[in-house]
Amino acid sequence: MTRPPDGPSPLLLDMRDIQKRFAGIPALADASLCVRSGEVHALIGQNGAGKSTLIKVLTGYHRKDAGQVLFEGEPFEVHSPHQAQVNGISTIYQEINLVPLRSVTENICLGREQRRYGLLDWNAMHAEAERLLSRFAIGIDVRRPLGEFNTATQQMVAIARAIGFSARLVIMDEPTSSLDEREVGVLFSVIHQLKAEGVSVIFVSHKLDELYEVCDQVTIMRDGRTVRTAAMKEIGKLELVAAMLGRDVAAVEGHATAFGERDRSRIADVMFSARGLGAGQAVRNVSFDLRRGEIAGFAGLLGAGRTETARLVFGADRPSSGQMTMEGAAYHPDRPADAIAAGMGFCTEDRKGEGIVPEMTVAENLTLALLPKISRNGVLDDSRQREIVERFIRELGIKCSGPNQKVRELSGGNQQKVLLARWLAMNPKLLILDEPTRGIDVGAKGEIQRLIRRLADQGLGVLMISSELEEVIEGADRIFVLRDGVSVTELEAEAANEEKVLTAMAHGTSASSGATT
Amino acid sequence: MNRARLVRIIGTYGVLIALAALILFGFLRYDRFLSFYNVMSLLRYNSMFALVALGMCFVIMTGGIDLSVGSVAALGSVASALASPYGIVPGLAAGIGAGLAAGLINATLVTRANLMPFIATLATMQAASGSALLLAGNQTVSVSYESGFTAIGQGNFWTFPIPAAIAVVAYLIGSLVLNYTGTGRAVLAIGGGEDASRLMGLRTDRVKFLVYVASGGLAGLAGVILASQFGAGQPIEGVGWELFAIAAVVVGGTLLTGGSGSVVTTLAGVLLLGILFNVLNFENGMGWISLSAYWQSVIRGLFLLVVVLLQARLTRRRLNAL
Repeated sequence: MTRPPDGPSPLLLDMRDIQKRFAGIPALADASLCVRSGEVHALIGQNGAGKSTLIKVLTGYHRKDAGQVLFEGEPFEVHSPHQAQVNGISTIYQEINLVPLRSVTENICLGREQRRYGLLDWNAMHAEAERLLSRFAIGIDVRRPLGEFNTATQQMVAIARAIGFSARLVIMDEPTSSLDEREVGVLFSVIHQLKAEGVSVIFVSHKLDELYEVCDQVTIMRDGRTVRTAAMKEIGKLELVAAMLGRDVAAVEGHATAFGERDRSRIADVMFSARGLGAGQAVRNVSFDLRRGEIAGFAGLLGAGRTETARLVFGADRPSSGQMTMEGAAYHPDRPADAIAAGMGFCTEDRKGEGIVPEMTVAENLTLALLPKISRNGVLDDSRQREIVERFIRELGIKCSGPNQKVRELSGGNQQKVLLARWLAMNPKLLILDEPTRGIDVGAKGEIQRLIRRLADQGLGVLMISSELEEVIEGADRIFVLRDGVSVTELEAEAANEEKVLTAMAHGTSASSGATT
Repeated sequence: MNRARLVRIIGTYGVLIALAALILFGFLRYDRFLSFYNVMSLLRYNSMFALVALGMCFVIMTGGIDLSVGSVAALGSVASALASPYGIVPGLAAGIGAGLAAGLINATLVTRANLMPFIATLATMQAASGSALLLAGNQTVSVSYESGFTAIGQGNFWTFPIPAAIAVVAYLIGSLVLNYTGTGRAVLAIGGGEDASRLMGLRTDRVKFLVYVASGGLAGLAGVILASQFGAGQPIEGVGWELFAIAAVVVGGTLLTGGSGSVVTTLAGVLLLGILFNVLNFENGMGWISLSAYWQSVIRGLFLLVVVLLQARLTRRRLNAL
């Protein structure tokens, strides 16, 4: 733990050309990451860019297929998080990976228990836990189960645990996502302490302001590759965001999506509006309007609060502040059933987990939510079901051998159509689409996009969340940019371009001039 | 917070209160309930279940289950009866060895082949039962009375039954391991969150391996006591022991989902169930009611159901309070 001499400190970690495939699909194609001693290194990238996989390769959770890892100049190959920990690499995972039923002390000391006469020395362990937590200005009863404390405290316990292992390198995967501002301040002061002790930190976060506050270097990943490494003070926010999304700020391309031009004259009155919505840290102040026949797009980086806002609108979570109105009347959904009754539908981002039932047939999946309506005295009306199913297969162009094919056997695009059809069969007025074309091949993507536009032309209000910039810019009639849980900018389709949206995502304002980093 | 604490205390110590109440009830209602003879034979008989429940307790705390304990005990009783002519030590070694072997199979299936504990131990249950019948030639195997083997089950240590003394020692060791070793804490951590524990750097597979081997060994030891106490290796005994053990563990406040539990209250759970059946016998003896063994089974089943339902409610409240 000696302080390096002046000049660039030695390389602590050197990961080069790392490759990793899952079931043949590359998660890491050509990833590199170099961290110097005593350096706080930001690792950023969109969802699926490979950050987590890279970290899990380093900590021995996954085994790499190719590439080289040097740690303190030596080849480094571990096969379990335990070995990584013993060798000086501690990790704080994004979801708090502790055991809520066990005491704070156990969660901090498990794996490096203190012993006396070969048996656990509880007094010493409690004292150690208290000492570590006192660095964070946290004084709690360490004998109580961890689960009794709030998320922020649990996060601090996770960090205390990592530091307690006298690590040379601490990896923090979105450590601030559950902390409030004061707690973030405490965390940053701990990071500065670590840095002063020569400990390196890999800091994964989507909050750009934080990166500039605490990090020295940044590595940007995209599609499993390292696309850029730079000193934090030499790269602007806009450049950072553009590199993450793989956009060239200067070049504005032609049409990349199948939305095409829309006749916006048919967009009517405001149907839904939200004012000052808030819930916890994820959604802090979001306001937007949605008109009949309009496609409203939510743009923003990961963690900006887009999906969380959609869940509030759909009644899946409850807002702690703000108001919503639907068709002029106050709207307070307690549960999704209320939202559905008000005429809403929600195609979630997690198609496999929350949407389709793979082992059931197309017909069954399609009419799952409709069963009460197409049953007579509790008995399914076969002919009505067939009629509805066949109509949607035809209208949406679902490619399947017939209504009785299992959904599992369909392509991603056709599964998405089945899901869409399920909601459309309910005859909704407002449909929320969270990443409607994720994981779908290009051809099917275009079909889904055309379909969305056709639905809007028929008067459906669509709230579309997408991480693909061109999808939002070309598809939406109106764009709301969210940043750190706040709706910072509203852009009309005519006025929107990539630069404006990127700038709003990076700086929180649409003014492209006068922005500073 | 305080409410959470209260719920936790009831969950943990409720069994002790119930145990005290039941003993008081028996004492007031039956003349010879607290007689020396009744107490000692109660302890002697239930020591087998106590050993099986101890192993089960550790398995359940990791979030697993061991359904094979009953037939493994039967196998252990046969193996030890066959070895009993050679003396106490060979008898013990044969019974415990058979149990450890079965435990090793469970451990391998669960940690190496990644089978669900329910399925893995169900298979072992069948296999052990069959092996016991094969080994015994489809009948009970008399133990040798000359070698002194019967002392394990029938003998006294001063005036205290030897099998009960074995159980007490086993529980002391179990409690020490759970509360004062890293392995013990890892058992609870794994039950509370296996993936989290692995990411914390705990060697989860090794710990799980150990608990299944230990459960098998303890079931084997229970089998030795069974053979020694009743003078015969009994290939068809042990049916339903796993349910008794699971019930005792659950009554003792250990979460069926793992992550939280106690060895001492598991012992209290064994005693509570043992005394309950003892009380039913006394009721029969008083002639007020006449309960066949079948009716006793029904009553036991209902009782277990009530306990598990109560714990499920308590657990839900506890997890909500967290």
